[in-house]
Amino acid sequence: MAPNNGLTFHGWRRENKRVGIRNHVVILPLDDLSNAACEAVANNIKGTLALPHAYGRLQFGADLDLYFRTLIGTGSNPNVAAVIVIGIEPSWTGRIVDGIAKTGKPVTGFSIEQNGDINTIAAASRKAKEYVQWASELRREACGIGDLWVSTKCGESDTTTGLASCPTVGNMYDKLIPKGIYGIFGETSEITGAEHLARKRAATPELGEKWYRVWKAYQEDVIEAHKTDDLFDSQPTKGNIEGGLSTIEEKALGNLEKIGHTSQFIDVLEPAVAPEKGPGLYYMDTSSAAAECITLMAAAGYVVHTFPTGQGNVIGNSIVPVIKISGNPRTVRTMPEHIDLDVSGILRREMTIPEAGDALIDQITRVANGRLTAAEALGHREFVLTKLYRSA
Amino acid sequence: MVEGLKAGTDMLCVITENNSESRLTAKADVPIGHKIALVDLKPGDTAIKYGEDIGKIVGRVNQGGHVHVRDLKTKRW
Repeated sequence: MAPNNGLTFHGWRRENKRVGIRNHVVILPLDDLSNAACEAVANNIKGTLALPHAYGRLQFGADLDLYFRTLIGTGSNPNVAAVIVIGIEPSWTGRIVDGIAKTGKPVTGFSIEQNGDINTIAAASRKAKEYVQWASELRREACGIGDLWVSTKCGESDTTTGLASCPTVGNMYDKLIPKGIYGIFGETSEITGAEHLARKRAATPELGEKWYRVWKAYQEDVIEAHKTDDLFDSQPTKGNIEGGLSTIEEKALGNLEKIGHTSQFIDVLEPAVAPEKGPGLYYMDTSSAAAECITLMAAAGYVVHTFPTGQGNVIGNSIVPVIKISGNPRTVRTMPEHIDLDVSGILRREMTIPEAGDALIDQITRVANGRLTAAEALGHREFVLTKLYRSA
Repeated sequence: MVEGLKAGTDMLCVITENNSESRLTAKADVPIGHKIALVDLKPGDTAIKYGEDIGKIVGRVNQGGHVHVRDLKTKRW
């Protein structure tokens, strides 16, 4: 294998000039009612991918806005070549189609009312066949590393994530953000305990204040409004405690190692909002639940995800390859099929953090070039919408 | 970092920030990734990790003992 200098990869440059590293033809349901038709189309036409989900009915206000952003963003992601949207009725289906069409990629909508499932499936299958054959002839081209958008979020954290796998991601960001990539981190709840440090990582004092308002609003609107005692049963989680983490501060400080030591974040994004301030590190206000967080980052346009895990979270995503990194020797031994990069050598003093960062950059470029991640090979396709409050 | 640490084990301790080394004897069986008291701890003490306050000691732990949720709580709630 040729030595990989980590600076280039081969991806698909889409109509809007963004670069994808996968070439999915997505069959996207507008709502829960349309999952069955989408899955039928994906079964009919090989090489397409249905993304069933639980929502899309009777949502309103900010929750509805987030729902539209997430679905439109998912279809717009450069890892997606073309999209079929199927909805129960034509109006909201059209809104999703119009949103995705702004990227210039092929997208067509179908609605079930007055047609029924069977006619809808037949018509959508014909269009899906056309798309998948078209997409199969698209070719990868050489791209600079700066065309990559790399997200991060960790899960089943323990002592080893804070000391090994999160610093590995941090070292990668310290090296690649100066080369022009887009980075992003989130997990508003899990920064609790390190909020004084996160605030200081904003590029300007005004942005730090904006970040702090987002964090504070989460404390007041979510925790104070809904808690029954404290977060002791949820934060740290049972898995975190099993892994040796005793307090939310200890967890948060380890978590924040993911953003490295040299980059400052240049904007604070609402969930599923695409970054617009150019290359650099961004913060997104997300849940700390892994599938929700990665789905939101994918909807913002990120094409590859780096996921440090301690006790062994098995997460994947439908459209974004999730690279899992572990520094826990027991996890690497007991569930090796889930781990893409073993950095347990850091805690045996056999590997330095800069060496681990280089190994991660190598792994990212290999995955960008087409290597399947453990989660992809195992069929993990978690696609989970974030719901802000109950529907009408 | 080792799995299945047994009481009585002579441990090599490393501060990763500056790679400095010291030795300590484990006084308890400690699961992988869990914390060990570097000094005798008493209620009211503050635990420091990453150079930051990670909570208050609420139980008595002797040097070399296992420190976890029974003995260490956030100051937040």
